[in-house]
Amino acid sequence: MTKSLIYSVTFHFIMILLTVLSLPFMTRQPIDLPPIVSVELIQITDKTNIPYAPKARKVIEKVKKEEKRVVSEQAPPTAKAKEKPDRIPLPNEKKEKKKIVKKKQNPEEIKPEIRQSSEFEKKEVIDTNQIAALIDKAKKEQALKEKKSNKLTQSSVKDSFASGLTLSEEDALRAQIFGCWSLPLGLPYDDNLLVRIKLDLKKDGTVMKSEILDHERMNKPGQKFYKILAESALRAVRLCQPLKVPPTGYEKWKNIQLNFDPTEMLRG
Amino acid sequence: MKKLITIILLFLLNISSSYALIEVDITRGNLDPLPIAVSPLHVDVKSEDVDDIKVKNLGEDISKIIEKNFRFTGLFNPINKEAFVQKPDIAHLKPRFEDWRLIKAQALVTGKLLIKDGKLKVEFRLWDLTASKEISALAFTTTPSNWRRVAHIISDKIYERLTGEEGYFDTRIIYVSETGPKNQRVKRLAIMDQDGAQVKYLTLGNELVLTPRFNPANQLVTYLSYFRNLPRVYLLDIETGNQEVVGNFPGMTFAPRFSPDGKKIIMSFAKDGNSDIFTMDIETRVVEKITENSSIDTSPSYSPDGKYICFNSDRSGLQQIYVMKADGSNVKRITFGKGLYGTPVWSPRGDLIAFTKVHKGRFYIGVMRPDGSGERLLTENFYQEAPSWSPNGRVLVFYRETKSGPKGKGFSAKLWSIDITGYNERQIGTETDASDPSWSSLLSK
Repeated sequence: MTKSLIYSVTFHFIMILLTVLSLPFMTRQPIDLPPIVSVELIQITDKTNIPYAPKARKVIEKVKKEEKRVVSEQAPPTAKAKEKPDRIPLPNEKKEKKKIVKKKQNPEEIKPEIRQSSEFEKKEVIDTNQIAALIDKAKKEQALKEKKSNKLTQSSVKDSFASGLTLSEEDALRAQIFGCWSLPLGLPYDDNLLVRIKLDLKKDGTVMKSEILDHERMNKPGQKFYKILAESALRAVRLCQPLKVPPTGYEKWKNIQLNFDPTEMLRG
Repeated sequence: MKKLITIILLFLLNISSSYALIEVDITRGNLDPLPIAVSPLHVDVKSEDVDDIKVKNLGEDISKIIEKNFRFTGLFNPINKEAFVQKPDIAHLKPRFEDWRLIKAQALVTGKLLIKDGKLKVEFRLWDLTASKEISALAFTTTPSNWRRVAHIISDKIYERLTGEEGYFDTRIIYVSETGPKNQRVKRLAIMDQDGAQVKYLTLGNELVLTPRFNPANQLVTYLSYFRNLPRVYLLDIETGNQEVVGNFPGMTFAPRFSPDGKKIIMSFAKDGNSDIFTMDIETRVVEKITENSSIDTSPSYSPDGKYICFNSDRSGLQQIYVMKADGSNVKRITFGKGLYGTPVWSPRGDLIAFTKVHKGRFYIGVMRPDGSGERLLTENFYQEAPSWSPNGRVLVFYRETKSGPKGKGFSAKLWSIDITGYNERQIGTETDASDPSWSSLLSK
């Protein structure tokens, strides 16, 4: 009797402890990142949210000075002087450029060390007219992004943090499905069309089960476009299988959700 | 105690193995036409013979029309029949999905037909090959001479099931057929199926006919004809051939067009050198003036809900497109681009206005939103105009004049169609030169 009681008390204590520990973790909101700039933004210096060109110039000059300092710290001036403006960039430099492009996809990771760029990029930065134009563009893009539903923003944040796939694994999967998805071209431009499909996968990437998360919407009157889109998304999944999944970490990706969103394509 | 540890361990393992669901956003797809296999329809052996129709080939002929319709859309890619491995009758009962998938088809159309007691009975099934299931099946009964329409109706049903949009195959196009040299042009009203088949001439050619327009609600046509140099607006019932004069109007009259409910005709006519927009009730023949401006206002077209009218006017100095309420109030200019804008036509879907633009001596057919934003020029040429919408608002038909002959002295006018995406520009074959096309609504509606 006492043994059972001890078991029960211990077990309950552990349960409570685990609940206390795990529940806040489970309910934790994804880090609320401010919508800094849109992913498509090209010039990093224009991200400084400077409203007017004259102000931009000041900051750019400041950045320029810093750059000079960084360059002088990291590269011997003699080597720089020898560089010809039209020379072919070395493979190392190419890699560096590529890295920068990747960082643009994650604006929250952008740091000033990107200023360790080549002479060519510096020239672009100095062009104030371009910068003024880009600031305007950035503003517009930001405004557009803010207009987008919170749902989408949240999901993109979720993607980068909670995903069990690395970026390259995710990109490989995405690229595979891009190729299989024949978008129904008769869909209207402005409808709120987003099809979410949950997949149960086998280890080799074949689909065990596919479920449309809003499937009740499919048979509602006036939702025929949604139905067509959902069918096309299912077709894409079936055509694509086995999906390109990583060889390891099956537990992480055995359940996966694909969000088919055609708005970008339909807007043209 | 061991049990307890096991339970706790299992519990912990369970927690550690529950990962957050991975979400991947798919925002791009391919725009390749959907590969579709249209199996020839199986002709039942019990079918009777019918005069003028080769019953044996009818299944093949119907499938060819369906294929042609699909290819014409640019959205589907019908697969060559030589690649088919299953016979039509067996495929119609139960296709071997893996065989059809092998030839890269994603959808399959099968069917069969029977002519009995002077009636043609056609049934078809649409199969989703990736899901291995039937997604649509219908049967039609009609007179055997209507077999082309059956092919178009089947095309419409499949198109609707696969794209979500209404089809436009069971429709007709009315146009002005032109023959003879440019200074002695004989113009006749002609009508044909949207694929260019079954052309019929509706007038003899002794009067000049212009701007035929379909009633969106039924198969009535309004057009302008000059009788003893006086413009008259006619109404023509295509089914019965009945024709009546709606009215004689003073001076120049232009482009009569129906309201969406088909109860009114809207047009412009010139009075005292000033052209304004008028409507006329077809039943009561009451004429109402809509615009009151000293400029030239022409080419009016209603929005599909009948609440707005778009038209072109030179009130700003150059010909531009304006939108106003149906009573003539709240006139708003919507085009501000370089060049002249004319012949605005509101899409039956209501989301776009098609227009002709003239800039630096070139003619463009384009579309824009009703507020004037999102202007897209779809096609450019030496001379082209008069766009008309397909009933689903997805395709435009217009006419284009091109220089012909070895020295480019002659000219030829032909009908062309283009998708609103700007792709898939195609010429519609006509026996003669053709201009001023107007697309009907669905006949089977």
